[in-house]
Amino acid sequence: MSLTLAEIKVILNANVLTSKFDANTVIGMAYSADLMSDVLSFSQTDSLLITGLVDKTVVRTAHVANIKAIVFARGKVPNKDTVALADEKNIPLMITNFSKYESCGRLYEKGLRNSYDAK
Amino acid sequence: MSLAAGYMKKGLGIHMMQNKETTMKGVFFLTGKDFANAGAASCELKTILEKMQIEQSAIRRAAIAAFEAEMNIIIYTPAGMMKYSITPDYVKVVFQDMGHGIEDIELAMTEGYSTAPDYIREMGFGSGMGLPNIKKNTDEMKISSAPGAGTTLEFIIKFKQERDNENIRDC
Amino acid sequence: MKISEIVEGLSLEVKSANVNLEKEVTGGYVSDLLSDVIANCKEGNIWITLQTHQNIIAVATLRELSGIILVNGKAPDADTIKKANEESIPLMASSLPAFEIVGRLYNLGIRCR
Repeated sequence: MSLTLAEIKVILNANVLTSKFDANTVIGMAYSADLMSDVLSFSQTDSLLITGLVDKTVVRTAHVANIKAIVFARGKVPNKDTVALADEKNIPLMITNFSKYESCGRLYEKGLRNSYDAK
Repeated sequence: MSLAAGYMKKGLGIHMMQNKETTMKGVFFLTGKDFANAGAASCELKTILEKMQIEQSAIRRAAIAAFEAEMNIIIYTPAGMMKYSITPDYVKVVFQDMGHGIEDIELAMTEGYSTAPDYIREMGFGSGMGLPNIKKNTDEMKISSAPGAGTTLEFIIKFKQERDNENIRDC
Repeated sequence: MKISEIVEGLSLEVKSANVNLEKEVTGGYVSDLLSDVIANCKEGNIWITLQTHQNIIAVATLRELSGIILVNGKAPDADTIKKANEESIPLMASSLPAFEIVGRLYNLGIRCR
C-alpha cells in the first residue's frame, strides 16, 4: 500500500525541512538504512529512506539511488548546507522525534512495505 | 587557471565535447577526507548522463559504481582523479589515486571485507561493499594496484543499444 | 515476549548455538551505527542490524541486549558466531530487510520507547 508524503508527515508527527515539498507525492516503499552502500543497493524510484545519518553524503547517496524522500529519525537536525543540497536535488527532507524503529513500525502499521509484493 | 581550447570548467569538473554531441570527456579532482564534497563528482556525472538522455538503468549503474569508487578515494587516500568518457555506446570511468595501494585485491573484492577505521564506519561508510558493488553494476571492470603505488580502477557501462548489438552478434 | 517466540513468529534462523532463547525482550532498536546503539538502546532490547563483524557482540554485551537480528540475508562472520556463543547473545538472521523485520516486530507488540 502506498502513502503520500502528507500522510507520512502525520503518521510520524514530522517537520518538513526543505522548501520543496509536494505533499501529494506518492511513496510506494520504504527502506531503513545507515550505511551508504546499503542505501545504494536498494533503489526504487518511489521509495522513502529512513535514516539516522544527517550529513550531505546521505543526500548525495539518495540522489544517486533515485530515492524520492528522506526522513531523519530521532530528531537529528541536518545543517543548512544539507537542506540546501536536498532542495537543489529535489529530495524532500523530513525530521521526526521518533526513533528509526518507531518510524518504521508506524509506517508498516499503516500499510507501507519494503517491496511491491509484500502484503 | 586557463584551459586548452575546447575545455570548459563547470561544477566540480573540467569537461570537453568531442565530435559534437557524440563524445564527452571530463575529469574531476578528488581530495582525501573531503567529506563535505563526498559523492559530488558522481552526482555531477549522473546529471551529465541525464542531460545526454542515456537510458535510466545505465545512468543508475554508472552513478552507483562511480559513487562507490569516489568514496573509496576520499576515505582511503590523500587524493585522486576521476576521468570519464561518454560515447554513443558506453560510459567509461577511470579512477586513479595516490593512496598506498591495495595489498590483496581478491580479499578487497570480498563482500564485507573492510579496512575502515571506526570513525569512518560511524559516518555510514566502510561496510566493505564498495568494490563488490562496482563489479555488480558494471559490464567491465579492471583494477590494478601495488602497495606504495596507488590504485587504478576503471569500468565500463554499456548502453542498451550496444548490449543488444552484442547479443545479436552472439547468436 | 521471549526471544524464542520472536524466532518462531518471524521465522528467523538461529545462528548462535546453545544460547538461552528464553530472554525477555523489552523493546526493539534498529541501527547500523555502533555509537548510536551504545548511546540510545535500552537493556533487554532486540537489535536489528546488517553489521556482521564481531564488534556487534561486544556492543550487545555492553548494553545487555536480549539478542541481535541480522537482516538482508547477511551471514555473520565465524568470529561473530563464536563470540555470540561465548557471551551467550542470541544471534539470529533473516533474509528480509530491516524495514520489514521492524514492521513485523512492531505488529507483535515490540516497541521502542
